[in-house]
Amino acid sequence: MILTSRKKSKEIIKWCEDDKRLFVLICGGCPAGAETADPVGAGKLKEALTQKGVEITGELTVDFLCNRALLGERLGRHAEELYAADRVLVLACGVGVQATASMVELPVVPGLDTVNRGGIHAKWPSEERCQACGECVIAWTGGICPKTTCSKGLLNGACGGTTDDGNCEVSDERPCGWKLIYDRLKELGRESDLLKEMPLNKYTKWEFPNELRTTTRWALEVDEYGDPAGAQAE
Amino acid sequence: MSNLKESLDSGKFTLTGEVGPPKGTSIETMLEEAEHLRGKVAAINVTDIQSAVMRVSCLAICVKLKEMDLEPVLQMVCRDRNRLALQADLLGAAVCGIENVLALTGDHTTLGDHEDAKPVFDLDSVSLLKAISTLAAGKDIAGNELDGSPEFFAGAVVTPCADPIEPQLIKMEKKIAAGAKFFQTQAVYDPAAFEKFMKKAEKFKVPVLVGALLLKNAGMAKFMNASVAGVNVPKALIKEIGSVDKKDRKKKSVEIAARLINEMKPMCQGAHIMPLGWESLVPKVVEQIDAV
Repeated sequence: MILTSRKKSKEIIKWCEDDKRLFVLICGGCPAGAETADPVGAGKLKEALTQKGVEITGELTVDFLCNRALLGERLGRHAEELYAADRVLVLACGVGVQATASMVELPVVPGLDTVNRGGIHAKWPSEERCQACGECVIAWTGGICPKTTCSKGLLNGACGGTTDDGNCEVSDERPCGWKLIYDRLKELGRESDLLKEMPLNKYTKWEFPNELRTTTRWALEVDEYGDPAGAQAE
Repeated sequence: MSNLKESLDSGKFTLTGEVGPPKGTSIETMLEEAEHLRGKVAAINVTDIQSAVMRVSCLAICVKLKEMDLEPVLQMVCRDRNRLALQADLLGAAVCGIENVLALTGDHTTLGDHEDAKPVFDLDSVSLLKAISTLAAGKDIAGNELDGSPEFFAGAVVTPCADPIEPQLIKMEKKIAAGAKFFQTQAVYDPAAFEKFMKKAEKFKVPVLVGALLLKNAGMAKFMNASVAGVNVPKALIKEIGSVDKKDRKKKSVEIAARLINEMKPMCQGAHIMPLGWESLVPKVVEQIDAV
């Protein structure tokens, strides 16, 4: 189970800037287990956002955003509310946010930070990659993660090494992450996002606290310790 | 006060040169090459572990150039040092009287001769420029007050012949917002393409020194076309450098470099001459550059 932590409403609004109408998309998978996108928590977040002037055009919970067919089919039923919004607030791990971004013609904003992949080493089903950096910044990069798609993990645009074919200087088999981001921002009409000052990486967040060092056997740990953050109870 | 800054401020067409530190401690030849540039250029760039090939520290070489009363431009890449070390080295440079800094992201580790090394990239060219501005304003980037602040004249790089050009212009604007006061460009062999770029970049009102890389032979031109991003040597030039005998190549190389600089001179504020080992030819190039 991938572990996430909640972004504060203030931070979400900062990433949204002038976008005041949001469609809220919630992943009912891992975040439910991590209790970061449960109905109570999500409810509080929506209230906080609304108090700060955000208009929520609609809401949808889908079991697993990383399941493309499921996501596409469910979102399709809410197209009108979805496109009444300026941006989609996605409560999911980095992969879920990226998967959503690749399927809708709107900018996204992550509502959670991914802190730990929880020991999952299964084969990744799609193009998106998340390295659980603990501070999701993809609201300003067209929903594409610069830390995983750029070989250098740059945050302010492509280096001088992008080849004439749009590939990375490290390997011809890898596209330049920032070229992908630029092309996507152009499609969304948001090239000006490239001028924004991105926060520096916070490497303290790449290491997660002990109470989050759970495994996929969290249900057993609940049994043994009485609550999901078992280590902390000790 | 930085000579480079003074020269650019005066509106004079400003030239800069470059030396590459050796892989080892035998720096005599390199210092001789620097000596060839005395009086011919406003400042001399010293590359920083260029192409990720380990070399002697460029900060040390900059200090050596200062001892010789030559003005260096400290190139600084983000590949090898984290934000602590970069700030420490910037303060160290200031303490040694070095003012000119060129902020670069840096080629990836895998391109060099220690490919298993850890690539750092804690900062990039933009955040490094911001760090330089922040230190100059008296604080480190974590917000702590400095005990004595440095003065810098910071610059950055742009690739005028990249296609598409928009991302280059956007990043150029971002670098200026972060504190870049001058630009040295990647090598340009196509004045028409450069003119197109400068028409768009003029509005930033920041001096641009066009990159002039001495063409040594046809093989080098072909290699750059195939492997160096954003550098295009037109067929006509490949033919021209290939048309002369080995013994005449240096003369032809100087001729081509001066001709290109002269053609692009009205479009920009200076030229950055990259001799790649042929430092002794730079005075000849300079001689052939039209007077203002």
